[in-house]
Amino acid sequence: MSMHGPIATHRSSSGIPSGRLAIWWLLASEIFIFGGLVACFVLFKLNGTPGFEDASLTSVTAGAINTFVLLTSSLSIVLAHAAIEKGERDKSFRYIWYTIGGGVVFLGIKTYEYTGKIINGHVITENLFWSFYYTMTGLHALHVIGGMVIMALISFDIRKGHNYQRVELIGIYWHFVDLVWIFLFPLLYIANF
Amino acid sequence: MSDAYAHPNYIKIWFWLLGLLALSVAGPMLEIPVVTIITAFGIAVVKAYLVAANFMHLKFEKDIIWYLLILSICLLGVFFFGTSPDLMMTEGDQWIDCIADKSCVEQRL
Repeated sequence: MSMHGPIATHRSSSGIPSGRLAIWWLLASEIFIFGGLVACFVLFKLNGTPGFEDASLTSVTAGAINTFVLLTSSLSIVLAHAAIEKGERDKSFRYIWYTIGGGVVFLGIKTYEYTGKIINGHVITENLFWSFYYTMTGLHALHVIGGMVIMALISFDIRKGHNYQRVELIGIYWHFVDLVWIFLFPLLYIANF
Repeated sequence: MSDAYAHPNYIKIWFWLLGLLALSVAGPMLEIPVVTIITAFGIAVVKAYLVAANFMHLKFEKDIIWYLLILSICLLGVFFFGTSPDLMMTEGDQWIDCIADKSCVEQRL
């Protein structure tokens, strides 16, 4: 590991490396962003707000495939972390790029879904369900894109032998993105009751 | 680099997650609302636990991280229950049943 990085990545006054503590703080704030949206969605649904029956129009198959893709990409990034802990840079690099590939597939399926919905007139202003659908999945997709960009930067860094700890940090973030999808999937795709 | 963990068997956990995904998709096919809720959201909670505990290494993490996350979820609960009366109650002098008269549905759009 490089010893020339910012000092905060090496300091651990709380017993936790500062970089990792920072990621957990970030994720705590993300709980409010996505949790707030999910809470509002549930309240409106329980209140019988018109439009929520449109959940039956989303594609369970596309949602399930995307869940599979994200779960698999979570596996590849945690394997990248395990590999870099053993100092296997090339193996870790490959796993990181498998994860980025998973992100690309996820976004491709999401784009296909969006296109189909928009062509059929289900736009963000149609009703409250579609407002939530596009807001929640769109915000989630932005997190996926952000994660992919950071992962790409980290992959080249570790190949040069720098900042190995960042593989774990981006992994924790990516798993959180996966976690959010685990809850969005039943909410928007399968729990139409 | 991070302090070393005893890495769990990630492949095994991934297979468990895929099995649970299949269950969560199959459950609603029975078209029984209770089964749908349990298989959709109950299984989502189990999947989330498996990912957080094993992939995010939360089960190896120090207590302070657990406190941080639990506090965040509790504060989210305050937000949820704090705003729910505004949406769920349509009785009393200050309440307008906007679902019934459809007036504020238009405003929200």
